[in-house]
Amino acid sequence: MARHVIAPVDELPPGTRKFLTIDERPIAIFNIKGEFFGLLNRCPHQGAALCEGPLIGLAQSSDPGEIEYTRLGEILRCPWHGWEFDIRTGQSYCDPKKFRTRAYPVNVEPGTNVVKGPYVAEILAVSVESDYVVVDL
Amino acid sequence: MTSPLAGGVDCDLHPAVPHLTALLPYLNDYWRDQVTTRGMTDLVSQSYPTNSPISSRPDWRPAQGKPGSSLDDMKTQALDRFGVSTGICNPLYGVQMVFSEDMANAFCRALNDWLVKEWLDKEPRLRGSIVIPVQSVEKSVAEIERCAKDKRFVQVLMLVMGDMPLGKRTYWPIYAAAERLGLPIGIHAGSNYHNPPTSVGWGSYHIEDYVAQAQAFQTQLTSLIVEGVFARHPNLKMVMLESGWSWLPSYLWRLHKFWRGVRMETPWVDRSPQEIVRSNIRFSLQPIDAPPDPATLNRLFDHMQSDELLLFSTDYPHWQFEGDQVLPEGISPDLVRKIMIDNPHATYPRLKQPVVA
Amino acid sequence: MNVQFRDRPAPGSSVEVKTAIADCDIHPARATASELYPFLAKRWHDHLETYGKQAYQGMMEGPPYPKAQPNASRRDAYPPEGGPQGSSLSFMQKQLLDPYNVALGVLNPLNTGQGLRNQDLSAALATAINDWQIAKWTSQDSRLKGSVVVANEDGVSAAAEIRRRAGDRNFVQVLLLSRNVEPLGQRRYWPIYEAAEEVGLPVGVHAFGFGGNPITASGWPSFYIEEMVGHSQCQQTALASIVLEGVFARHPKLKMVMIEAGFGWAPSLSWRLDKSFERLHSEVPHLKRKPSEYIRDHIFWTTQPMEDPERRDHLFDVIDWIGWDKLLFATDYPHWDFDEPTRVLPPGVSDANREAFYLGNAKKLYGIA
Repeated sequence: MARHVIAPVDELPPGTRKFLTIDERPIAIFNIKGEFFGLLNRCPHQGAALCEGPLIGLAQSSDPGEIEYTRLGEILRCPWHGWEFDIRTGQSYCDPKKFRTRAYPVNVEPGTNVVKGPYVAEILAVSVESDYVVVDL
Repeated sequence: MTSPLAGGVDCDLHPAVPHLTALLPYLNDYWRDQVTTRGMTDLVSQSYPTNSPISSRPDWRPAQGKPGSSLDDMKTQALDRFGVSTGICNPLYGVQMVFSEDMANAFCRALNDWLVKEWLDKEPRLRGSIVIPVQSVEKSVAEIERCAKDKRFVQVLMLVMGDMPLGKRTYWPIYAAAERLGLPIGIHAGSNYHNPPTSVGWGSYHIEDYVAQAQAFQTQLTSLIVEGVFARHPNLKMVMLESGWSWLPSYLWRLHKFWRGVRMETPWVDRSPQEIVRSNIRFSLQPIDAPPDPATLNRLFDHMQSDELLLFSTDYPHWQFEGDQVLPEGISPDLVRKIMIDNPHATYPRLKQPVVA
Repeated sequence: MNVQFRDRPAPGSSVEVKTAIADCDIHPARATASELYPFLAKRWHDHLETYGKQAYQGMMEGPPYPKAQPNASRRDAYPPEGGPQGSSLSFMQKQLLDPYNVALGVLNPLNTGQGLRNQDLSAALATAINDWQIAKWTSQDSRLKGSVVVANEDGVSAAAEIRRRAGDRNFVQVLLLSRNVEPLGQRRYWPIYEAAEEVGLPVGVHAFGFGGNPITASGWPSFYIEEMVGHSQCQQTALASIVLEGVFARHPKLKMVMIEAGFGWAPSLSWRLDKSFERLHSEVPHLKRKPSEYIRDHIFWTTQPMEDPERRDHLFDVIDWIGWDKLLFATDYPHWDFDEPTRVLPPGVSDANREAFYLGNAKKLYGIA
């Protein structure tokens, strides 16, 4: 696996997401309440741009009419058929046994530990004290 | 021709009430006088016009009176002829059509008492379904509890086209009572005509109404599944009676596909619709809406993905098959046994109970 | 390395479809309500702004059963220049027509003036929408063809609109909805079938609409999923009505298309109709053939939403029973239950059947060379 430096963390504040392509693979990075998640931006169902979907919570029920609603903002709904995916694990809720979208581990690393090398001009402009978001691909 | 196996269970027989006057002995004084003083004659649903070809096979139509009104005829033409050990009576008298819950309750009680006196008491092979006044859930539960004391009642009967979709929570006390008492819910073809008899309005013809029964079963199955009836009552079985079943596989494909995408709307549905049908839903055999060639029917059986779904029935005296050809061509003896004996007994726990004469 | 960072993924699709396809169910939208005004008399602008549209259901904003996605559409289908999904020709070209190699796109405009209680308004909106289809879509991209929208509850007015468009190559069919005040075979709709046969256009029946009847024969269900699955049952009953009322006995040249209600139900409905007809044919002596024969000769189905059984041989059985020559591929763009062209048909289909399914049947039915 290769590590790819994406952006400084303040370009990806909590509640935002960004799209990018690495090695011809479409990826999206999410910042959910300070935690970072990366997903392949392709729904395992019919190939939709999964990561353009809304983030909702997980609706569960042990009795019809009663809803336990947890994990707010951590469930991604595919913008096409609405399948729900757990942003942490890629696990889908429509048919847990069969479908899981690929999740990529995302870490936040302090600026001085980042792999130095060619980098996009926009990022170079950032101060070296900033933390950088790095993706392992 | 596939021969029936002796000792089967006929899960759909229709004993007919000859006329409203036949119920008078079973009504209290008030209702007896209401019927006569207001000139009420009969409760015949448009779902089964008396002389419609569907309502009776020609060789089962009596010279006089309504088809299905003679116990002797039912014995010869259905019970003896197909060698069954048990037959379940589903009276289709039009009591569900009235609007007053009090009147409906009186008629249902009378109908259930009439069934016991005129049919179950006179023929030990027969069992009954409790007809309930769905106009009132409370009264329905009371009637279930009253009739369930007689172990010869093995099922609760409802119509497929009523006032509301059957999955609605309003009806759940009925399902709770039935489950508690070991009674499946039988949902039978027919409408109370409180809503248009199709989902797109009132058509012109009896044949339209009859064809539309299949679509009504489909929407009811959706309602029962997505409202979570079987999440709340996992042991409750429901039997689709005279529904047809060749529509089932393609119907489930569609429901499954949409359920995946709108799961969050009904999160209590925690098993796939196919799994729920396999565990909780059954279908009486007749009518078999499929082309007669065995090859196509065998493909359909493959699509069904379960040999536990079908329960033997003649639908006597309705005209669904010719002669003795009640069973489909070319099915294995194993499947015959399942359809005629194993599946009905697995569905109706009370069939095993000894009956006090 | 050079990592391009975006707020939205690259527009369009990364798919490249080599052989041309037909998309027989595309839903073009207006960017704003006033986009229709140039085609509508001023009297109606004022009427709409004062009274709005009253349909055969109570809500004036949004549908009675809230959808699974906003506007019932894909969230990635919002055009970059703004406006609702399906309202931009250029974005439709970029996201659908070009990457999927759509050689023939049939437009089925919804949320127009169909199913309204005010029949004069319905008729005015129908004419306007048809003019709008030409101006904004079919005259700008020759791959696109329109459907003649009509005041569907007023047979006389609808027939007039159909005859008005006779011979106009911008249109390939007449558009009706599946849920109406009465079942579609009833005689108030007969002038529509007469006119369509006369001008040589098939009639498309698109799932949806409200006719004031509960959407099941046992009342109103609770959930959107019930409505979505229920389109199958409504389409079946509408088709049964059309067949049993003798529409095809009277109009032997008429073809009809069942749009967006699936097709898996077709064999079992045909079998049930035939079986009932065997018993009850004396009630309907105007029918000279078995119902399944009328269906076989007159009915086509668009494929979306495509049935999705676990075993593809089951799907192939059903298509064999219907006929590979009867299916018309559709995506339902930009709706959320979009069927992706390269993903929905399992492998194992012969080249001839593939070609028919994706393009050949549509070209033949709609008279496109």
